[in-house]
Amino acid sequence: MSDIYVIKDHSVENRLFLNRIVAASIVIVLLTAVLIVRLIYLQIVGHEHYSSLAKDNSIKIVPLTPTRGMIYDRHGKVLAENTPSYSLELIPEQISDMDDTLSRLQKLLDISPEKIEQFQKLRKRQKRFVSTPLLLSMNDEELAKFAVARPYFPGVDIHTQLVRHYPYSDLMAHVIGYVGRINEAEVKELPVAEYRGSTHIGKLGIESSYEKELHGKTGYAEIETNVHARLLNTLNEVNPEPGANLYLTLDIDLQKTAYDALGDFNGAVVAIEIKTGGVLVFVSRPGFDPNPFVVGIANDAYQALRLSENQPLYNRALRGLYPPGSTIKPFIALAGLEYEAVSPQQNLFCPGYYQLPGVSHQYRDWKKGGHGSVNLNKAITESCDVYFYRLASALGIDHIHSFLQRFGFGEKSGIDLVGEKSGLLPSREWKRDRKNQAWYPGETVITGIGQGYLQVSPLQLARATATLANKGKVVTPFLVDKIVGPHETRPGPEIHKDAIPLNPNNVNTVIEGMINVVHSAHGTAKGINKDINYQIAGKTGTAQVLGIKQNAKYNESSIDFKYRDHALFISFAPANDPKIAVAVIAENGGHGGSVAAPIAGRVIKQFLKENNEN
Amino acid sequence: MKTETRHEQFQPPSAIGTVLRKLHIDIPLFVGLLLTSMLSFVILYSSGSQDVSMLMRQVGRVGLAFLLMIILAHIDPYQFKRYSTLLFGFGIFLLIAVLIMGQIGKGAQRWLELGVFRFQPSEMIKITTPMMIAWYLAEYPLPPKAKQLFIATILIVIPTLLIAKQPDLGTALLVASSGAGVLFFAGLSWWLIIVIIAALSSLTPIIWHFMRDYQRDRVLTFLNPESDPLGRGYHIIQSKIAIGSGGIYGKGWMGSTQSELDFLPESSTDFIFAVFAEEFGLFGCLALLVLYLLIIARCLYISSQAQDSYSRLLAGSLAFTFFVYVFVNIGMVIGILPVVGVPLPLISYGGTSIVTLLSGFGILMSIHTHKKFR
Repeated sequence: MSDIYVIKDHSVENRLFLNRIVAASIVIVLLTAVLIVRLIYLQIVGHEHYSSLAKDNSIKIVPLTPTRGMIYDRHGKVLAENTPSYSLELIPEQISDMDDTLSRLQKLLDISPEKIEQFQKLRKRQKRFVSTPLLLSMNDEELAKFAVARPYFPGVDIHTQLVRHYPYSDLMAHVIGYVGRINEAEVKELPVAEYRGSTHIGKLGIESSYEKELHGKTGYAEIETNVHARLLNTLNEVNPEPGANLYLTLDIDLQKTAYDALGDFNGAVVAIEIKTGGVLVFVSRPGFDPNPFVVGIANDAYQALRLSENQPLYNRALRGLYPPGSTIKPFIALAGLEYEAVSPQQNLFCPGYYQLPGVSHQYRDWKKGGHGSVNLNKAITESCDVYFYRLASALGIDHIHSFLQRFGFGEKSGIDLVGEKSGLLPSREWKRDRKNQAWYPGETVITGIGQGYLQVSPLQLARATATLANKGKVVTPFLVDKIVGPHETRPGPEIHKDAIPLNPNNVNTVIEGMINVVHSAHGTAKGINKDINYQIAGKTGTAQVLGIKQNAKYNESSIDFKYRDHALFISFAPANDPKIAVAVIAENGGHGGSVAAPIAGRVIKQFLKENNEN
Repeated sequence: MKTETRHEQFQPPSAIGTVLRKLHIDIPLFVGLLLTSMLSFVILYSSGSQDVSMLMRQVGRVGLAFLLMIILAHIDPYQFKRYSTLLFGFGIFLLIAVLIMGQIGKGAQRWLELGVFRFQPSEMIKITTPMMIAWYLAEYPLPPKAKQLFIATILIVIPTLLIAKQPDLGTALLVASSGAGVLFFAGLSWWLIIVIIAALSSLTPIIWHFMRDYQRDRVLTFLNPESDPLGRGYHIIQSKIAIGSGGIYGKGWMGSTQSELDFLPESSTDFIFAVFAEEFGLFGCLALLVLYLLIIARCLYISSQAQDSYSRLLAGSLAFTFFVYVFVNIGMVIGILPVVGVPLPLISYGGTSIVTLLSGFGILMSIHTHKKFR
C-alpha cells in the first residue's frame, strides 16, 4: 500500500495548522518589536548624537585617484603611458539658456545630435551644479576652436584627465594587455576603499598581472560642502601614492624585428635570455590595437576583431597549442642517450619508412628513399624521421613522458602573465582518463617526431630550448625585471631554480647535432649561418595541419593555404656560451628551415650584435 | 458549521466591489498593496532627487506587476498545484543554465537576456520552491514524517546552493526561508526546530569558510563599521546617521539631507528605508511597519481560510517570506543584521523584486477567491 493512500485526519491537520499560524504571528510580532526597539534607540536615544553627526557630514571625504604606473622596456622605452585627454564639460546652473548654448556649440564644433541627446540624458541624472561632459577626447582642432570662442560660452569649460595610452599598439598588445572600465562583477571583488574614484582596471596581460603594483594608493581630501552639496573649501588632503613603474626584460626593438620578420604569417616568436630567464621577445602575430579598449571599444569593432579569421585577439605565444613536429627530436635524442636506449656512435639504417613488428602500416620518412645509415648526430642534422621512430619505440611512452615533463612540456611555465595554457604531454594515464583507451605502440612512434597528441605552446618550446642550452638548469621565463615604486625598487617575480641531472657529454652530443643543423652542408637550416663569428644551434620542425593518407603525396602547391603545414624552429646561440634561446612558429609557413629559421636568425643576430658591442 | 462563507458579507456591495470580486481580487490585500506602492512613489520622488522620468519608469513597472498579479489571481489554485513540480524543475534548469553561462562569460551572472528585459531565474525560484515543498508535503498526512522532511530539505537546499553560488546571498537566504516556512506551517516539531537552529549556529565557522572575500568583508564591517569608513562600513554608518537624525517626527518630505548630499549610497534601492526614516521619523516608521503587518495579517488570514493543505502551506509560507523580506532589509539598514542585498519590499526602486512579490500576492488572491463550497 503506497503512502498516498494513508488516510489524512483533517481535523488534526486543521488544528495543527491554526496553531502554527498563531505561532508565526507571535514570532512576527516579537521580531517587529525588536525592529521598533532599535528604531527607538536610534531615533530617540541617539537622536542628538546622530543629528550632530549629520551636521558634521557637511564635511565630505572625496577620493583622490593615484596615477597609474608606467611600463618600460629593458632600455627604458615607454610601452604604456598616461596621456592627457580633453573633454568639453558644461555646468548647467551657470548656463542661462541651455538650448542656445548647445546649438551654438554644435555649430562651432560640429557635434553630432546623438552626443547632444546623450548629454541631455546625463544632465537629467545629475545635480545642476555638477560639471557634465558633452565631448570626450577632443582633438587639437576642436580645442583650438573652442579656446578662441571661450568668452562667449560661460559655464562651458575644458577638463583634462589622464587616459592610458599604448604607443606600440599591435606590437605589444599581447604582452602589455590593456586597462578597461571596471565592470559590475569586478566591483564586487575589489577592495572598495582602494578603488573609490578609480574607473579603470587592468584586464589583460601585464596590466592585469601587475594590477596591484600599477594601481597605486588612493588618497583623499576632506571637503566642506554646504546644504546644497556645493563645494566650499578643502580642509585636509592626503595625497595619493602613484603606482609603481614596471621595467620589462623585453627589448622593444628586438620585438619589432621579430614581428616584422614574421611578415604576413600568423604565428609567434618567443626569445628568452638564458642566464636569467628574462623574456626578450614575446610576439603573437597578428596583434590588435589595445587603445580603443581603454575608452570602451564599439561593439561592431569588437565583433570584427573577435570574428576575424586571423584571430588577432588570440595570444598565440601564450595560449596557442601546436604539435612540435621535429623540434621535439633533440629532446627525444637526449632522452635516448640518458636512458641508454642508444649510443652516440650507433648507426641505424633508414630505408625511408618504419614498420612496427607484425604491423603492415608504414611510418614514412619525409625523405623518400631514406637517409641510409644514420647515427644520432646525422639524425638530428638531417631530421631523419625513421631514426626517431625507432628510438621512440625503444624508449617507450613512459620514459618519453617523464623525460619531456622535466623540460616543462605539459605544464605551465609560470610566466607572469595570466591565461597561460599548459599544453598536452600524453601518457598512458592521460589516455586512460580522457579517452578510456589503452595506449597503442603506434602512438609512441609518432610522438617521437612530435606528432600525435603532443601539443606545445611557443613559450614552452622556447623555455625547453633555453633549459637544454643551459645544460639542464631549468629556465623559468618572466617579463617584469624590476618594480620601481615611490619608496623602493624591488625585483620582478621570484624565480625558483631547479636542475635536471644530465650527463654533460650527452647534452654536448645533442648540441653538436643542433649546430650541424645550421652549420653543416646537409643541415636543414643552413641558410642562416652567414655573416656570423659564432655558432647557432637549432632544430627545424614542420607540424602537420592535415592528415595525409597512407599512399597520398603531400603537395604544397595543391592545397589551401590554411591547411599548409606549420613551420617551426628552435634555436640558441652562441652554441658554446648560450645567451639567447628563440622559438618560432609560422602558421601555414610550410618549411621550418626556409621560413621559421630565418626569423629566429634575425632575432639572434640583432641581439648578439648589440650585446657584443656593449 | 456554516461560518466559513461569512466573510463574503464584509465586502461593500457597491458596483466597484462587484467588479473587483469578478476580477478575483481580494480587496483588503489589494488596498494594502496599493497604499504601500503609493507610499513608495512618494519616497522615491524624494530619494531620487526629484527625477520624474525615473519615477515614471517605476510607476510603469509597478503597473505591470499589478497586472501580472491580477492575471495570476484568475488562475485556479488547482493549476498551481498541478504544475508545481514542472515549474520548480524548470526553475532549477534555468539556474544551472545561468551558472554555466556565467562560467563561460567569466564572472557572476544572474540573469537571462530575453530581448526587452532581463529575467532572473532566482526570482522565479523564490515562489516555485515553496510551491514544490507544499505540493510534496500535501501528498502525505501532516505533520510530515522523517523521510518527507529529509526529501523536502534536499529540495530546499538545491536551489539555495545554486543561488548562493551565483553569488547572491540575499536571495539564497529568502529562498531557504520560503521553503523553511512551508516546513514550519506543515507542523515541523518544535524540538526539531530548536535542534536545527542550534545546528545552524554551530555551522557558522563552516559557512565562514565558504564565503567569498567580499561577503566576509560585509560581515566584518557589520560587526565593526567604524573600522573601514571609506569602504564597506560607509553604508551602515551613513544610514544610521540618517535614521538617527530623523528623530521622532522626521525632517519632513524631501527634507532628507543625507541622501540629498549623496552621503547615503543606494538611497533609492536597498537603503531607501534610511531616507524614509530620516524624512518621516519614528512615527513614519511605525506607520510603515503597521502597514506591513496588516498586509501580513491579511495573508495569514487567507491561509487560515484555505481549503486544502497545499493552498494553506503555500499561502502561509508566502506570508511568512514577505515578513522575512521586510525584517532582513530593515534589520540591515538599522544595523542589526549584516548587509545582504535585499530590497525593501514594495518600496525600493527596481522591477524584479516587485514582480516576484506581487506574483506571490496574486497566488494568495487566487487561493482566496477560488474556494469551492461543498
